[in-house]
Amino acid sequence: MLSIKNLTVNVGDKPILKGINLEIKAGEIHAIMGPNGSGKSTLSHILSGKAGYTVTGGSVTYQGMDLLEMPPEIRAREGVFLAFQYPVEIPGVSNIYLLKAALNSIRKHHGVPEVDAMDFLTLVKGKVRLLEMDEKFLYRAVNEGFSGGEKKRNEILQMAILEPKLCILDETDSGLDIDALKVVAEGVNSLRSPERSFVMVTHYQRLLDYIKPDFVHVLAHGQIVKSGGADLALELEEKGYGWLEDTQAAA
Amino acid sequence: MITASASRYAAEYPIIAPALCGQSLPWLQQLRAEALTQFSAQGFPSPRAEEWRYTNVSAIEKKLFSPTAKLTENNVDSDWLKLYQLPDAWSVVLVDGHFCAELSVLDGLPETVSVMSMADAVETQNIASLLENHLGQAVGNAEHGFIAFNTAWFTDGLFVHVPAKLVLEKPVQVLHIATQADVMATTRTVVIVDEMAGAKVIETFAGLDNAYLSAAVTEVSVGANADVTLYKMQCESEKAYHFGGVYVKQSRDARFSHHNFAFGGLLSRCDIHTDLDYASECELNGLYLGVKRQHIDNHTRINHLKPHAISRELYKGVLDDRARGVFQGRVIVAEDAQKTDSQMNNRNLLLSNDAEADTKPQLEIYADDVKCGHGVTVGQLDEKSVFYLQSRCIDEETARNMLTFAFANEMVDKITIKSLHDKVLEQVLSRFPQEGVNKEWL
Repeated sequence: MLSIKNLTVNVGDKPILKGINLEIKAGEIHAIMGPNGSGKSTLSHILSGKAGYTVTGGSVTYQGMDLLEMPPEIRAREGVFLAFQYPVEIPGVSNIYLLKAALNSIRKHHGVPEVDAMDFLTLVKGKVRLLEMDEKFLYRAVNEGFSGGEKKRNEILQMAILEPKLCILDETDSGLDIDALKVVAEGVNSLRSPERSFVMVTHYQRLLDYIKPDFVHVLAHGQIVKSGGADLALELEEKGYGWLEDTQAAA
Repeated sequence: MITASASRYAAEYPIIAPALCGQSLPWLQQLRAEALTQFSAQGFPSPRAEEWRYTNVSAIEKKLFSPTAKLTENNVDSDWLKLYQLPDAWSVVLVDGHFCAELSVLDGLPETVSVMSMADAVETQNIASLLENHLGQAVGNAEHGFIAFNTAWFTDGLFVHVPAKLVLEKPVQVLHIATQADVMATTRTVVIVDEMAGAKVIETFAGLDNAYLSAAVTEVSVGANADVTLYKMQCESEKAYHFGGVYVKQSRDARFSHHNFAFGGLLSRCDIHTDLDYASECELNGLYLGVKRQHIDNHTRINHLKPHAISRELYKGVLDDRARGVFQGRVIVAEDAQKTDSQMNNRNLLLSNDAEADTKPQLEIYADDVKCGHGVTVGQLDEKSVFYLQSRCIDEETARNMLTFAFANEMVDKITIKSLHDKVLEQVLSRFPQEGVNKEWL
């Protein structure tokens, strides 16, 4: 699904990612953990195509395509979805409008006719119930005046409706109370399938109690310093990140 | 003594004077004479005046537009008129400054309510005496030439009176239509809403593709605990000059909302002044859209005269090409107006490097226990929002169009009359690139 090879990225003159290697197969869930400033968010931004970064080396291949060559909206239409750490408020554009515009952009990209209005409503309302949201949210402006938890839920709602192949969750658990976290995790778990992969970027181990990863990678100083199974997350919770950063420094 | 006039228009006045309405009313004749004297002395406002420093109206003096003495044959295309005329309102249609009965709709008015053309109002005995008390009241001492000009020259207009406790079930619309080249339409509107009554009035300005001058003054009296909403839909031709002034007196506990949609005209200026009495509330909303070389100027003044009044103001502008938008908002809190609560905001979106926004919020506070705030922004689209939409499958151009539209649509969405909402929305969509903005989904 996704193959990252020797990826190096700068912001201005400053190297942020210093040679990332990562292979993600269909159906897998990868957690990327690490201390603040380790480059976690940069990685998720680079995958979704945000401007402001310079790729200085390496490659990212997504389903056989050169991901870095694709504009953000083409990546999204091909199935890459970023759930934002800080979802943007868009006054004047309703949730339902955005969902419909997004869904129809994907369908157009794949040469499929626009979604039928009734089918669309049925689909959307089903997903709204899944995420225990109020239908009124659909008619409100995108994220405007939403609480932190509501914004994160809204990201997962969009994900559930757009059915991407590669879901990147950027710090989805930060700012969520435990009840909201459970709802969000349930939403994510309901989307797990052999064809869909997840990259969860997180500072906190707590999210992984509810969404069990297949692999855990630790990012520090712009490199993956350790990879392992779900157990690695528990070890991190116990010991913190310090011992890994020290290992790297010693090496 | 004959003194040189500051304006060529004054020399032409004797030609039109005998045709102006209200010949039989001495008080009106006197009002017009005083106004003419004042206008002759001062002429149209000069950019040297602080309140006119961004807007130069000297082209109006140079062009010398001509008034028409009476309604000429009406050649208004009915499909074109439908772009502006609401199907579910009482309407007074003024063509080149004169009432056109065949295009107007006034049947089914409640018996105690008056909605008629200004020319008819001054000829109606009991209404003329009501007018005597109100015409010229809300404008007060005319501070600039356009007001005196209007008083001296107005040919017609709209008159509305709603008696106490009556709430009008349908809106009243006055349509100012300009059909001839080089014509000037000078109209006066007086709206009187008595205590605890309610009314919604829509002023629409539109014209054929000519250069012409619209000079309209509206005076509104909102009685105690009454409710008035005034909409202005300014869709003048691209070559037109427009001056519109709205002057409001709010009694105790009165509520007044103004929604100002300024879309048309080569050069347009709108002044909105309201005086707030004890515990009254006003809401001033505005949206101006400028393209090509349009110059759109909006001036508002909110006078907090008494305690406990509330004012809210939000003006938004979208400016493209070489268009220029001007916003000057003054809030004056009198010494006596304790517990005033006032908020004023102006937001400008510039879509081109050559577009310009001049904005000047002013607070003058003479009381010491008040809550007043103001904010101003001038900028481009937020790149974070563009990226967010792109990450949701939407291409960059569509994303920019959507965000521009959304910025403007916030103001359109405040319209509570469905038919008007749809017409204003059409106007917004027709003025900006709408590639990818699908109104079926709105």
